[in-house]
Amino acid sequence: MQIPAPFDYVRASSVDNALALLDRHGAESRVVAGGHSLLPMMKLRLARPDWLIDINDLYELDYLLVDGPVLRIGAMARHTTLLESDDIKRLFPIITDAERVIADPIVRNRGTIGGSLCQADPAEDLSTVCHVLEAVAVVRGPAGERMLSMADFHRGPYETAVAQNELLIEVRMPIRASSGSAYEKVERRVGDWAVAAAGASVTLGSDGTISHVAVGLTAVGLDRTVTEVEAVLVGQAPTEALFVEAGRLASLACDPLADQRGPIDYKRHLADELTRRVLRAACRRAAASVSEITI
Amino acid sequence: MQINLTVNGTDVTREIEPRVLLVHFIRDDLRLTGTHWGCDTSNCGTCVVLMDGQPVKSCTVLAAMADGHAITTVEGLANGATLDPVQQGFMEEHGLQCGFCTPGMMLTARALLDHNPHPEPLEIREAISGQICRCTGYATIVRSIQWAAEHSISAADTAEEEVRA
Amino acid sequence: MTILEDRPTNPAAGGHDRPIGHGRMQRKEDPRFVRGKGHYVDDIVLPGMLHGAILRAPVAHARLVSIDTTEALAHPKVLAVITGADLQALGLAWAPTLSMDVQAVLVTDKVRFQGQEVAFVVAEDRYAARDALELIQVEYDVLPPVVDARKAMDPGAPVIRDDLAGRTDNHIFDWEAGDKAETDAVFASADVVVSQEIVYPRVHPAPMETCGAVADFDPIDGRLTLYETTQAPHAHRTLFAMVSGIPEHKIRVVSPDIGGGFGNKVGIYPGYILAVVGSIVTGKPVKWVEDRSENLMSTSFARDYIMQGEIAATKDGKILALRTNVLADHGAFNATAQPTKYPAGFFHIFTGSYDLAAAHCTVTGVYTNKAPGGVAYACSFRVTEAVYLVERMVDILARKLDMDPAELRLKNFIKPEQFPYANKTGWEYDSGDYEPTMRLSMKMAGYDELRREQKEKRARGELMGIGISFFTETVGAGPRKDMDILGLGMADGAELRIHPTGKAVVRISVQSQGQGHETTFAQIVAEEIGIPPEDIDVVHGDTDQTPFGLGTYGSRSTPVSGAAVALVARKVREKARFIAAAMLETRPEDLEWEKGRWFVKGDPSVGKTIAEIAMGAHGTVALPEGIEGNLDAEVTYDPPNLTFPFGAYICVVDVDPGTGHVKVRRFIAVDDCGTRINPMIIEGQIHGGLTDGVGMALMEFIEFDAEGNCLGGSFMDYLIPTAMEVPDWETGFTVTPSPHHPIGAKGIGESATVGSPPAVVNAVVDALAPFGVVHMDMPCTPARVWEAMQGRTRPPV
Repeated sequence: MQIPAPFDYVRASSVDNALALLDRHGAESRVVAGGHSLLPMMKLRLARPDWLIDINDLYELDYLLVDGPVLRIGAMARHTTLLESDDIKRLFPIITDAERVIADPIVRNRGTIGGSLCQADPAEDLSTVCHVLEAVAVVRGPAGERMLSMADFHRGPYETAVAQNELLIEVRMPIRASSGSAYEKVERRVGDWAVAAAGASVTLGSDGTISHVAVGLTAVGLDRTVTEVEAVLVGQAPTEALFVEAGRLASLACDPLADQRGPIDYKRHLADELTRRVLRAACRRAAASVSEITI
Repeated sequence: MQINLTVNGTDVTREIEPRVLLVHFIRDDLRLTGTHWGCDTSNCGTCVVLMDGQPVKSCTVLAAMADGHAITTVEGLANGATLDPVQQGFMEEHGLQCGFCTPGMMLTARALLDHNPHPEPLEIREAISGQICRCTGYATIVRSIQWAAEHSISAADTAEEEVRA
Repeated sequence: MTILEDRPTNPAAGGHDRPIGHGRMQRKEDPRFVRGKGHYVDDIVLPGMLHGAILRAPVAHARLVSIDTTEALAHPKVLAVITGADLQALGLAWAPTLSMDVQAVLVTDKVRFQGQEVAFVVAEDRYAARDALELIQVEYDVLPPVVDARKAMDPGAPVIRDDLAGRTDNHIFDWEAGDKAETDAVFASADVVVSQEIVYPRVHPAPMETCGAVADFDPIDGRLTLYETTQAPHAHRTLFAMVSGIPEHKIRVVSPDIGGGFGNKVGIYPGYILAVVGSIVTGKPVKWVEDRSENLMSTSFARDYIMQGEIAATKDGKILALRTNVLADHGAFNATAQPTKYPAGFFHIFTGSYDLAAAHCTVTGVYTNKAPGGVAYACSFRVTEAVYLVERMVDILARKLDMDPAELRLKNFIKPEQFPYANKTGWEYDSGDYEPTMRLSMKMAGYDELRREQKEKRARGELMGIGISFFTETVGAGPRKDMDILGLGMADGAELRIHPTGKAVVRISVQSQGQGHETTFAQIVAEEIGIPPEDIDVVHGDTDQTPFGLGTYGSRSTPVSGAAVALVARKVREKARFIAAAMLETRPEDLEWEKGRWFVKGDPSVGKTIAEIAMGAHGTVALPEGIEGNLDAEVTYDPPNLTFPFGAYICVVDVDPGTGHVKVRRFIAVDDCGTRINPMIIEGQIHGGLTDGVGMALMEFIEFDAEGNCLGGSFMDYLIPTAMEVPDWETGFTVTPSPHHPIGAKGIGESATVGSPPAVVNAVVDALAPFGVVHMDMPCTPARVWEAMQGRTRPPV
């Protein structure tokens, strides 16, 4: 079996303790939560930290709460918790959709939202979801807390704005009334990383037109939302023709690479196809949410 | 470093290297060889054990991370000579061939039934979708778990019966 | 033990379908497995045992410039570091392969594939062994690799095997079967000819347990005990004796519980030999177990056949002839496991289930800078490739003729009265009755209804496909006059002893990797001797405990060893007759057999049970002349012919037109493996093979980049179906016994792996018919399906 190189291990007892440990052990220390990205890299000896700081005891970060206009998710909330949450299903079905296709149920028992976002794998689903939901990342360090938009948080493949001596502690999602959201992924097999995926969030105005929309893509070389789509959709009543146009814009906006999962034009096609699908679903859900309120 | 944990209900204290994988700790230090490993990358689920009742892939958990937790391996499934209904189900419905993935499959099945005593076939398939079996083609594993569900007296069922009574 | 009632039988089998030896019963091996008490190679711990790890080449083709092991040797827990040069000094640097080639145990001159074995570290524990690998410094001079088999024979292609004297190219062999002139003549006058290149890409058996060994060499008495993940312990012992110089009687090979084989554990890998060398060098037991990447990158792959197929027919759909030229990629060493006379295995069964006027095939084997091995994965000796070719070609012909593929098959089957059937490439099919099997599968599927549904869906733009495959296998190798591996005839032995109290032990030469031998073989003895299966212990997997034989692969356990077991039981039964006669003071010819007992003809109340006879044999009964005082026998079974299982498979898929994603909605499998023993085990074998087939058809693929880097080197990229990708299998059966097998059984191990890939691909291609797709190669991943929909079908290699 593959085996990691030697390292020292310490378990953090609180967020402050974790920050102190990061500070003490410096650049060659790494935080481990679920460990399903880091440990395989360590077994391949592609990652060789001197210190591993285990934050699995930070139960203070394992929460999910609706706090007025925002949903607050602690960085240590496990994927399974997110998948099974009724609040999330109701407010942000895009998260439920995404969680259902992240890795497999057993990995989801260990993996955390914080770990996923900090790993920042280009094929990682929750990064896209957070972009789409305009989430705010709460990062704590020696100098206190910083609030980062996803655009500021996510610096590119495998890179975030979280400094070596900082910890992502919470993700906040603004709750919008009359909204719907959806996520869809194409994978070669259950549990595989995305060939491509798309997520969308739509808010409908009182006149039935789209008052707010965001579309994000996974694994196709786009580290932002498809802003081109937003310009075209806002203010319009949702129609199939608009979705088709949005799909076209998404396929142009992305910049995929050819690999074992498929050639570039296929991935561009998926950006198009999946954008249309998630917009349809998001609008349908938004409309349902409007009718619920009306009733 | 020293770790203290519970394995199959027994308290265990051991001195270990921090990098020891939980699967190696279980197999090599505790000599509980019913837990296997198959892939290194947490894709196959051959190494599944229960940690505080939840299935985890022990090739991707450090033994150090299990400090203070309760681990159940296949050796802890039976109650003495009495097999868990899941174990009986796998024998009744031919849920195993080479037996290599079987311990992990059975532990996931146990956790599933504890959580959901009467799962639908699709729920069973989803629950075991992080585990690979190269021999059975899964249908008999699904049947085995259904057999176990039909032959288990779960806490939920007991409560229901009490309510009825 | 619970003896379960057998499941309902199939009236279509005409009463021949009574399973033997108690039918469906729980497996005798299961109680230990469900308790986690199986005993696999990596579970073995011997006193003082050390651990080995292999340093592997990072590139596909390179000259070895230097190796420096100083730093690794200085590691406090390292006891030995072995290099190619060390082995060369011992004369062990090269080992014979199963195909009369040689393979480097450790690189001495040149790296020939990525992942090849370069050095072996022996250390006190597995962590230290792994750490020490990083301390070995190796310098390589990288050479251009040969990755594409099509370019292997190009003038100027790098010569991979310059270790072989006089080698100037990468050619291994040319082989043919059938009559070329006759076939060409039929093609020339045929109404319709269709051609298609069909690629069966490289896949891997990937059993859940990787390969490994524990070698324990005792320097005092010169005895080697080798615990190994092997499907063929006796053949391995003989080869180890030949390679190592350790006399064969001093070698014991033990194959304990094996976590799946699928052909992966037939070959002798450098790691096994290195564990032995490590034990000899250190004087202590050495364990070596590969990790998953080592398994996928260096051990036996399967397939890798590029086939140019052609089929000829009359315009009304009478198939006349088939021909094909095959380019076979054998990797860097020709290490395929197949009978000596057949370098392309049994590929010439590619005539399938059809009555042809002519057939011809050629196969050219070439070296490439890829892992060696071959024909593993339900190894089938290339029957898998053959069936895939013919079943795809028949579908392509059906499209050309605008005929229903079921109707075309039914029209061309070999008729029951033609059996035994001599095909055009030299096989004699033992028995078959194909039409009822095909009809049953269509009935179970509701074939006409499915076609109606498909028509409606097509009108709505939905993509639904129905794929049929009707396969005939040739398994149970084989008659020793034709078949050997490295000079060892492909026979198998069995020994049966009835103990004085009437309990029995049967010792067999084949080895289970999950097939349930401990149950099936007890059931065969139970049927023949009339004692319950739970009173019969089956011993296997230990060369000190079992008779010689060639092992389990190519679906040969039941056809060969199953026959040996039935015959040894009959031998014991016949001996029992003489002893019973002595006990009853009558003549043997006056006795009659009923299950479990000999009795006097005409007076059934006077008789002796097997248990009574066993006690008599071992007791004080005055034995007849020439009868020894035991109830034991042994046989070595040389099969007179192979067996020819067959089946009809129907697969229903739905393809997402927007993403190319394929969902296997239904799969109907009707198998005919002759006489059935334990229907539960048979069904399990079929389910597993169907899943393999779906895996190969949709996702499994060992791909290489242009530099020869393996892109399928972990389970992150070598994808195997989970429970979510496969349907709830629908199985049925017919029974056409083999006329030459003692109990009429034909073997089932590989039927589904062989038969299912064409059914799935035929279904996918059928779904894509509205796009004009006539063929697409595996794997049918979403991207490749979508490309096919754009008119861009491309071979995977």
